[in-house]
Amino acid sequence: MSAALGGWRVQRISAMVLALCVSVHLVTMIFVVHGGLSAGAILARLHGNAAWGLFYTVFVLAAAAHVPVGLRRIAEEWLGWRGASVFAVSVLIGLMLALAGLRAVYALIGGPL
Amino acid sequence: MSELDATRNGSVVADAPRKTPGRRADARARNHPAWWAFLVHRLSGLALAIFLPMHFWALGTALHGAAAFDSFLAITRQPAFVFAEWGLVTLLAAHLIGGVRILLIEYRPWSGLRKDLIALTAGGALVAGLAFALSLTL
Repeated sequence: MSAALGGWRVQRISAMVLALCVSVHLVTMIFVVHGGLSAGAILARLHGNAAWGLFYTVFVLAAAAHVPVGLRRIAEEWLGWRGASVFAVSVLIGLMLALAGLRAVYALIGGPL
Repeated sequence: MSELDATRNGSVVADAPRKTPGRRADARARNHPAWWAFLVHRLSGLALAIFLPMHFWALGTALHGAAAFDSFLAITRQPAFVFAEWGLVTLLAAHLIGGVRILLIEYRPWSGLRKDLIALTAGGALVAGLAFALSLTL
């Protein structure tokens, strides 16, 4: 399998993006969880906010690129599942994660109140 | 003459039976901070990958309005959910710092296993987890 499809570089580049996103996410969570989460507080922070919308869109896409490579490594090394089939399934998981993630971003940024 | 010298001199044929296990990984290779760092990174990544679809589905309930979203969040206030949430925050912090360690080893001219960064991973994950727990309970 070619280097581009192997995923090593995809995993590293997405990891660099995720390092920034996850840092922001951890700090945000620690602040907003104060006394428990409420839909009102979450939507008040996010609804209609383009900056958070852009942030979470980048976050979702980076995660959707990162997760399939890691899962594929586990399938290859721990389950002995290699080749085109595991690659196809991992890419499908990535696409589904991207769709589900973008749907969640839309629900929080542009959905109903 | 060591085994390595013998190999260099060509006096050991490639498929001759080895006297020692050589470089084959055994329990010693696993009783090492770098191996534990690998295992924590892999298992935390797996846990986060399994959690992510549920996370997106849960946030997607906001598509049905704030009331539907709030009724889901009410379920997550049960102790078991709160505990799992705290665990995931700690694992996320561990995966983050452990991942930065890997990037630094691979992309910066730093050699070795960077046990200092392994210690930072454990400490940083603990701090993030405790900060989250503190904020949650205050």
